[in-house]
Amino acid sequence: MPETYFSRAMRDAIGIALREDPTVLVVGEDIDKSVLGPTQGLVQEFGRDRIRNTPISEQAVVGAMIGASLTGLRPVMDVMFSGFFYVAMDQIANQAAHIRYMSGGQVNLPLVLMAGIGPSGQAGSQHSESPHAALMGLSGLKILVPSNPADAKGLMLSAIRDPDPVIYLMDVSLAGTRGPVPEGEHIVPLGVAEVKRTGEDVTVVAMGFAVPEALAAAETLTKEGISVEVVDPRTLVPLDREKILASVRKTGRVVIAETGRRTCGFAAELTTLCVEHAWDSLKTAPVRVTWPDVPVPYSPSLEIACQVDAADIIEGVNQAFRTSRALSV
Amino acid sequence: MPGFVHLYIGQEAVAVGVCATLRPDDHVASTHRGHGHVIAKGGDVNRIMAELYGRVTGYCRGKGGSMHIFVPEIGVLGTNGIVGGGIAHAVGAAMSHKLLGRDNVAVAFFGDGASNQGVFFESMNLSALWHLPVVFVCENNLYSEWTEYERLTAGSQIMDRGAPFAIPSVQVDGNDLLAVRDAAQQAVRRARAGRGPSLIEAITYTQCGHMEGEEVFAGKYRSDEEISSWMVRDPIVLFRERLVSSDVVDRVTLDRVDDDEGKRVEAALEYAIRSPAPAMNELTEHVFTEER
Repeated sequence: MPETYFSRAMRDAIGIALREDPTVLVVGEDIDKSVLGPTQGLVQEFGRDRIRNTPISEQAVVGAMIGASLTGLRPVMDVMFSGFFYVAMDQIANQAAHIRYMSGGQVNLPLVLMAGIGPSGQAGSQHSESPHAALMGLSGLKILVPSNPADAKGLMLSAIRDPDPVIYLMDVSLAGTRGPVPEGEHIVPLGVAEVKRTGEDVTVVAMGFAVPEALAAAETLTKEGISVEVVDPRTLVPLDREKILASVRKTGRVVIAETGRRTCGFAAELTTLCVEHAWDSLKTAPVRVTWPDVPVPYSPSLEIACQVDAADIIEGVNQAFRTSRALSV
Repeated sequence: MPGFVHLYIGQEAVAVGVCATLRPDDHVASTHRGHGHVIAKGGDVNRIMAELYGRVTGYCRGKGGSMHIFVPEIGVLGTNGIVGGGIAHAVGAAMSHKLLGRDNVAVAFFGDGASNQGVFFESMNLSALWHLPVVFVCENNLYSEWTEYERLTAGSQIMDRGAPFAIPSVQVDGNDLLAVRDAAQQAVRRARAGRGPSLIEAITYTQCGHMEGEEVFAGKYRSDEEISSWMVRDPIVLFRERLVSSDVVDRVTLDRVDDDEGKRVEAALEYAIRSPAPAMNELTEHVFTEER
């Protein structure tokens, strides 16, 4: 299987969608140049009507894409950095997420909003955001966080063909990574987690950038005699609860590695899920490995300390073997 | 009746004048004060009333309410509880029309309050830039919620806000049905011909105030003189007089129309009250297309 860059895999999927469906439209700031790469080169094949640079005008553009999705187009909007979602939060939260429900199921919004998440090397707080957890709580948005190029492609195709609004989050630290990607049609269905590595002693549920870090941590821990299972939910909404819980029930220990802040985060949600539905299987309290509750700092040493890496996950796994379930609450 | 209700009474000439120039498959994005837009676009009064009552026979199965009425089959992109929230949706519908080769248009209704939202300016920029078939219709009813618009809105006229974007703009008497209709006809014709957006500022008045029940906290914020000066200029009364004085219809016929419409509303009320509430399983339905 040929190796492809992460952002190139996203682009290939968008290209397939543009070729198969004339209603697909791609918009965003400077997408003909594509700062983060996922739309690079598309304008040459598809022209400026369908690959459309927009003004820096997030509210109106997200709003217009909602209107477009309600009336026959399937827009894919590159919001660039996910901190920019906040500029358009009325349209994302009050409108895109809720319109289908408020309409009593009369309408669909086939709309993809994609953006980069996480620290990527001194971009500073506003260009290093990771808003997945806040968006998960809105109800009405599907939220995807691929962790390798093959998933990046397969999830993008699913996202564009999906009838509902989808938030597609690319961990910017992964944009330049390479991996095997199937050529042509390749689908990763929404709501299907993948066990990226099987193990017996502890489950690490990891998202985005934390997945390759978890796999590296698992490799190290194997040498210490700890067998780690790594589960990648791939889509936070809809969430493959069954596959995650099955792994946790098998190993009896869970560490959740999240590239985002701690309070009310994805890891907090998963901890609750495990406590509510796998309590009898848990040998120790669930462990969260997250950013601290801070904006991502600029200074390189602090930024590295903020990000979740293999060493943090190893520490988390060790903690899962130290704590007892009784002490956890 | 449950819920927040913002009555359209006094502004009817705007919705009717604009929608009279539209086709069923043209789109409108409406506001929190949107009952009139939905009726004028061809909405069924029974189903609108049932929606206001939160009944399953409402357009949105009672799950939207007054401020979230969607009627896709007649091009209603939604009434909208966020001031300015729907403006960009009309721009997007216009984009669909243009890119998919349809000669339809989209209308964004909004109030003077929304004219101070950033998204209004962004939407004008976008639609002028891309020559989209959209008509911005600002219903300046002289109050943003409970505050006189002059105290909140800089510059003398909202129609002036189209000029920086080279959007043809006009101010009309929003209580004069034919004046609104004529302005809308020009703007819609222009949009359909692919010549881009227009802005209409219709000066009108919200006879019943911002919302029902407001006297509890808003007190008396408008003088009796002001209200009665607009009551005598009620758009329906004005149009009636015009029809009679130009010998188009006689008073007896108009009385019969009034009577019929009154009965239609009474029947709608009856329909709504007799309709069942949504079943409990509907609480969690319709978040996504494939329910999980």
